[in-house]
Amino acid sequence: MSTPAAAATAPARKRPKWLTGRFGVIALPYGWLLVFFLLPFLILVNFSVSEMGAVVAKDLVSYKDGLLTLTLKFGNYVFITEDELYWMTYVASLKYAAITAVLCLLIGYPFAYFMARAKSTLQPTLLMLVMLPFWTSFLLRVYAWKGLLSEHGWVSDFLIGTGLDQVLAWAHLIPAPGKLMNTPFSLVLGMVYTYVPFMILPLYSNLSKMDVRLLEAAADLGATAWVAFWKITVPLSKAGIIAGTMLVFIPCVGEFVIPELLGGPETLMIGRVVWDEFFSNNDWPMASSVAVVMILLIIVPLAFFSKYQAEAQEAR
Amino acid sequence: MLRTSPAFNRGFGRAWLVLGYAFLYLPILALVLFSFNDSPVANVWRGFTLKWYSALARDGEMISGLWLSAKIAFFTACGSVILGTFAAFALVKYKRFFGRTLFSGMVNAPLVMPEVVVGLSLLLMLVSVQRITGFPERGASTIWLGHLLLGMAYATVVVQARLQELNPSLEEAAMDLGARPRQVFFLVTLPMISQALMSAWLLTFTLSLDDVVLSAFLSGPGSTTMPLVIFSRARLGLNPSVNAVATLIVLVVSIGVIAASYLIARGERRRQQEMAAAARN
Repeated sequence: MSTPAAAATAPARKRPKWLTGRFGVIALPYGWLLVFFLLPFLILVNFSVSEMGAVVAKDLVSYKDGLLTLTLKFGNYVFITEDELYWMTYVASLKYAAITAVLCLLIGYPFAYFMARAKSTLQPTLLMLVMLPFWTSFLLRVYAWKGLLSEHGWVSDFLIGTGLDQVLAWAHLIPAPGKLMNTPFSLVLGMVYTYVPFMILPLYSNLSKMDVRLLEAAADLGATAWVAFWKITVPLSKAGIIAGTMLVFIPCVGEFVIPELLGGPETLMIGRVVWDEFFSNNDWPMASSVAVVMILLIIVPLAFFSKYQAEAQEAR
Repeated sequence: MLRTSPAFNRGFGRAWLVLGYAFLYLPILALVLFSFNDSPVANVWRGFTLKWYSALARDGEMISGLWLSAKIAFFTACGSVILGTFAAFALVKYKRFFGRTLFSGMVNAPLVMPEVVVGLSLLLMLVSVQRITGFPERGASTIWLGHLLLGMAYATVVVQARLQELNPSLEEAAMDLGARPRQVFFLVTLPMISQALMSAWLLTFTLSLDDVVLSAFLSGPGSTTMPLVIFSRARLGLNPSVNAVATLIVLVVSIGVIAASYLIARGERRRQQEMAAAARN
């Protein structure tokens, strides 16, 4: 063991920079992400401006006659903008993701609120009960809805028995009363079901930290519970609302498994288009272009989420 | 103006929670129940049977898929926890370094990035590399790579949250007493974040065990994971063998999660008692 005197004189900072612990701790995950997250992304962009057949990673920049030329082939993008089907699919994806996010908020906010107001001894159990389905396979839970919504399924029988399918048909969520599977209704139901815990958890962690004395103060000053809720609780939980909404909205735009298992022919979503271009048509550049446009559509919420997430983590 | 009595509020709150939990658990209940269903129509109850389970025992495709998935999930969880701990450390301990914003953005992005995009771009890179070097062949190792990318992001969030609530004075005290940074990490920090590491490990294990999209893009011939088997059967329609697998998974995961959270809670209590005792002395 070193004596204090030795420690004071030891030239601890003389080691080369790349050998210090600090450098290694940062460089390892950083390098990993650069190679396996950012680089693949650039390659995706490169593929998206190349043509079918010429799938080599070289055609973006070429060296010819002493000149470095940048060749971009925007054929895929032109095709996407001209073909109405792609546009409709993008719009539909954004629409279903937005509907899902709003419904998750409407269901999840009161849920998280009442969880946070429950007896404190009960709260860990309530929290675990929200997380537990999240731990069991997402794929299997989506598959389960297939059984519940198919003919003679529990939920299907319930909705038809109560006449609610008439309401859904009237709202054009299902094409005809009695047909629930492979409709916009089954798609949105599956997405809300899957993503509602992602809304509840950030809201709960936000609401459970709220200072209840603020509500007491508001009550003392004559505010009704309802006014206090809108003027104090909701504004204070803004961070949780944003986090939850982004956590639901962004992945929903590109969702593949739920539209594939629960959606129908009229609920084409963009994740399925990428998948089909890749696996069925084997058109890798086209799949890349569709994916790049998808990123462009969600880049604003994505940047928003990243910034918010970083800030929330710093602020703790 | 809306006026509500406290009793009404309580009742409303309770009803909302009960309905919410019913919504969350109804599909799981149905999965388990119909795995015992002796009926040609998969979602109409006719009677009790165990025939789907005995069929499962003879289902070579599903069993080899399960084995492969378990292996990939194990290595994903181990790798994710290591990389995630490094990333969380970098973000919590070092407030300023070159490109920190880019780094924290890249750490968080896989949490929400649509999986089709991550899978497609990773595949395109692997194919490009393979064209040049003849390596790597698509298979279990490339699936592992994709899962590791996703798992690392989740592990970072879990470990980061724990690191942030640590009291820095404990590490400082160890340093004052002459411990070197590495000793501080292994003797002070690591024991204190061990529970977070455990939950990060479990979380990334189940994530990997469940993943369809990344696996589909990154798998090669002969590397069909269990979710891919389940997905291809579920696409075709209802299949009681899927219910039987689901029931087994639900059983194993519930036991695992309940046991783990019990252990974590017990460790937490003991640690707090020790700290209280240390403070009294």
